[in-house]
Amino acid sequence: MSVYIIRRLLQAIVVVVAMSIIVFSGVYLIGDPVDILISDDADQEDRQKLIESLGLDKPFHIQYLTFVARALEGDLGDSFIFNEPALLLILDRMPATLELAVASLLMAIVFGIPLGMWAGLKPDSFFSKSIMAGSILGFSLPTFWVGIMFIMIFAVIMGWLPSGGRGDTTEFLGMEVSFLTWDGLSHLFLPALNLALLKISLAIRLTRAGTREVIHQDYIKFARAKGVSTRRVILVHVLKNILIPVITVMGLEFGSLIAFSVVTETVFSWPGMGKLIIDSINLLDRPVIVAYLMIIVFMFIIINLVVDLMYSVLDPRVRLQDVKS
Amino acid sequence: MIRHMTRFSVALVVAAVVSTAAWAEEIRIGIYSEPSSMDPHFHNLGPNNAFMAQVFGRLVEMDHKQKLQPGLAVSWKTVNDTTWEFKLRKGVKFSDGSDFTADDVLFSFDRASNYVGGNSSFRTYLKGKTFKKIDDHTIHISTESPYPLMPVDMAQPHIISDSATGTGKADVNKGLATKDFNQGTAMIGTGPYKFVEWKKGDRIVLVPNPTYFGTKAKWSKVTIKPIPSAPARVAALLAGDVDMIDNVPTTDVERLKKNKNVVLSSGISNRVIYLHMDQYRDGSPFVTDRDGKPMAKNPLKDVRVRKAISKMINRDAIVARVMEGLAIPAGQLLPEGFFGVSPNLKPEKFDPEGAKKLLAEAGYPNGFGLTIHGPNNRYINDAKIAEVIAQMLTRGGIPTKVVTMPKSVYFKRASKGGKDGQPEFSFILVGWGSGTGEASSALKSLLTTHDKSKGFGASNRGRFSQEGVDKLVIEALATVDDPKRQGLLAKATELAIGTHQGIIPLHYQVNTWATRPGLKYRARTDERTIAMDVLKDN
Repeated sequence: MSVYIIRRLLQAIVVVVAMSIIVFSGVYLIGDPVDILISDDADQEDRQKLIESLGLDKPFHIQYLTFVARALEGDLGDSFIFNEPALLLILDRMPATLELAVASLLMAIVFGIPLGMWAGLKPDSFFSKSIMAGSILGFSLPTFWVGIMFIMIFAVIMGWLPSGGRGDTTEFLGMEVSFLTWDGLSHLFLPALNLALLKISLAIRLTRAGTREVIHQDYIKFARAKGVSTRRVILVHVLKNILIPVITVMGLEFGSLIAFSVVTETVFSWPGMGKLIIDSINLLDRPVIVAYLMIIVFMFIIINLVVDLMYSVLDPRVRLQDVKS
Repeated sequence: MIRHMTRFSVALVVAAVVSTAAWAEEIRIGIYSEPSSMDPHFHNLGPNNAFMAQVFGRLVEMDHKQKLQPGLAVSWKTVNDTTWEFKLRKGVKFSDGSDFTADDVLFSFDRASNYVGGNSSFRTYLKGKTFKKIDDHTIHISTESPYPLMPVDMAQPHIISDSATGTGKADVNKGLATKDFNQGTAMIGTGPYKFVEWKKGDRIVLVPNPTYFGTKAKWSKVTIKPIPSAPARVAALLAGDVDMIDNVPTTDVERLKKNKNVVLSSGISNRVIYLHMDQYRDGSPFVTDRDGKPMAKNPLKDVRVRKAISKMINRDAIVARVMEGLAIPAGQLLPEGFFGVSPNLKPEKFDPEGAKKLLAEAGYPNGFGLTIHGPNNRYINDAKIAEVIAQMLTRGGIPTKVVTMPKSVYFKRASKGGKDGQPEFSFILVGWGSGTGEASSALKSLLTTHDKSKGFGASNRGRFSQEGVDKLVIEALATVDDPKRQGLLAKATELAIGTHQGIIPLHYQVNTWATRPGLKYRARTDERTIAMDVLKDN
């Protein structure tokens, strides 16, 4: 087991290094941010100075090696735009994004799995059919449009919830969080729901499909024949068996919730990482782009690992072996 | 009856309380772009400078029309050909209570011009100048040759307190790191507002600075929220989450005009949108004949062709249709009322017949092929304007293709993407905002001969070059006498644009702010959104 984990972490490092080369050279190819950063009034000499001060006049391999040398000391470089360490900038924004992602994931699980089971257990009822129709909408409506509609309906027309921003935050485990105050919660609800819609639909569909399959299995029939209560059959025998695909997909989706909630963050002015990465790409802030993607890659690997570990807990047939092939 | 009376008087008292409370009101402003830093010397960039103006003072200030006003300096004059004297305001205190003196000025200028590790473009305004303290409230600034733009330059760098302490290395940036400003410990200024906190991406909070020397700030608390997405910004205003927004999208203006809960304030900006043409090389990469084959001779070098292109463009149509009326047709670098503007240059009239004639005269009766390149996320409706220009030119006999791209890619390619660091394109759409509020910076950067060693023609991406223009600009830059310099700049503009059509001006942008009823914004030509210019409408 521990060999397995160590091996997975080593793989992670290889992927992170490969990622850094790809991203670094990609941004290098596009060009330097000097023409966007500098004021119109600057003359050629000022421009040259800026290029030199950012180290952009050196050849690619030198720039990359300097970056690697500093990265090994834990310094991923200073943002061109903010003049602060890229890593700190990202970590500073991370709690906001994590909070949003966790809230959405919770919504997806709390709404998605029960609704999906209902639809799977009573596939012919009108309610189940409405759930499935609703999940199609959840899949197909673009996040951007839904976000704007939420704002129009709940903030502009009804005036129930704020239109954006993060609201009051309080300190919790060393992080700034919104969910502990009423104001913070009211700011969190709409963006989290917006982000969760797709995931809820996904959870509904996966759960329903799993339920439909499991419900006809022999062990369910046997459990019923044995006289086990319906409640226990559903909550233990069915639920446990349908969870494996749901956990896999939700795990990966959690990663993408964190990494790519750009659209929702932009629409709701949520001060998270997605907002930061989009701005950095627009301004070619290479240190931030590289650091961000490296962190994200690392995070995906960890999430995958956690998902694999959860399998072995849920399904005794799955053994985490060091597969040598 | 008595009961009614009491109720009435209670209502009166409540009304009185509410109206006094209204004098100590808070304001929340939704802005399009957030400052990248609180460090006033780190980055000479629009959103940063706009924000800084609320917290820090400068020797010379610019009002909403970019006219120079006394700031931390009460007066300035030349003492001889190459030396300017600035008399500093007495009795000014920083927000931490320390006195403002000439030492603070020298300290700030030293930090700004030797800034390490940033996009230190304030050097632009400080280099080549020697600063000397005469007494606590007098400074002499000397240059090698006569320098008329001194007051304009002094309206740019922000003055910080020399008693501020920070966590940086003592020999780098005076020991004041960017972090010290972002966290607020070094945010000690002489501006009308005092910094409270900055939560990146979420909000910046200001309160009135009790030590401010001018009229006290009227808002008891200012919250600036960055909301970059245009529909979200409008929605925030409609939902009442903010009291004002800037950069109202042109597509929403018509609708908002009809909304009783929104007041629009708009005003012309110092930004001209123009076309630059490759005027220096034959075989220009994006100029072809009608069949798409390269041309030996570059038709854009012929002034008649450039004038013909200008006549093919229906500026009124662009303003009315693409810009929804939020622009003003342009005939030169800056709109009327700015320093150095020529009264004789008017926007070119739409004249397809005249264009045809000029093209024929120049030897291209059948036209030729062209590609227009432009950014798609830099100026208001930039990609749409490029498309419309291409259609107008195609109708006029110059079949034109359109290529637009994000600004992060565009500007580098437009400036030096071609062979040997030459401009890559032949025909481009660009904009220029005159931060200094007068014509010399635009003339110098766009229309003088590109010369790296002298710092001329830095943004002359068409490499327009006329000896006469160069001479006039150089003369103007050394003429301290204002009326005379004004005349020289106007003459240079007439020659460069009127006679030689070095660039084709299209329009001046009009910026729009939207507020809740009861407020209005004093539109600024420099496009800044600052709390001091949010006014009560009564």
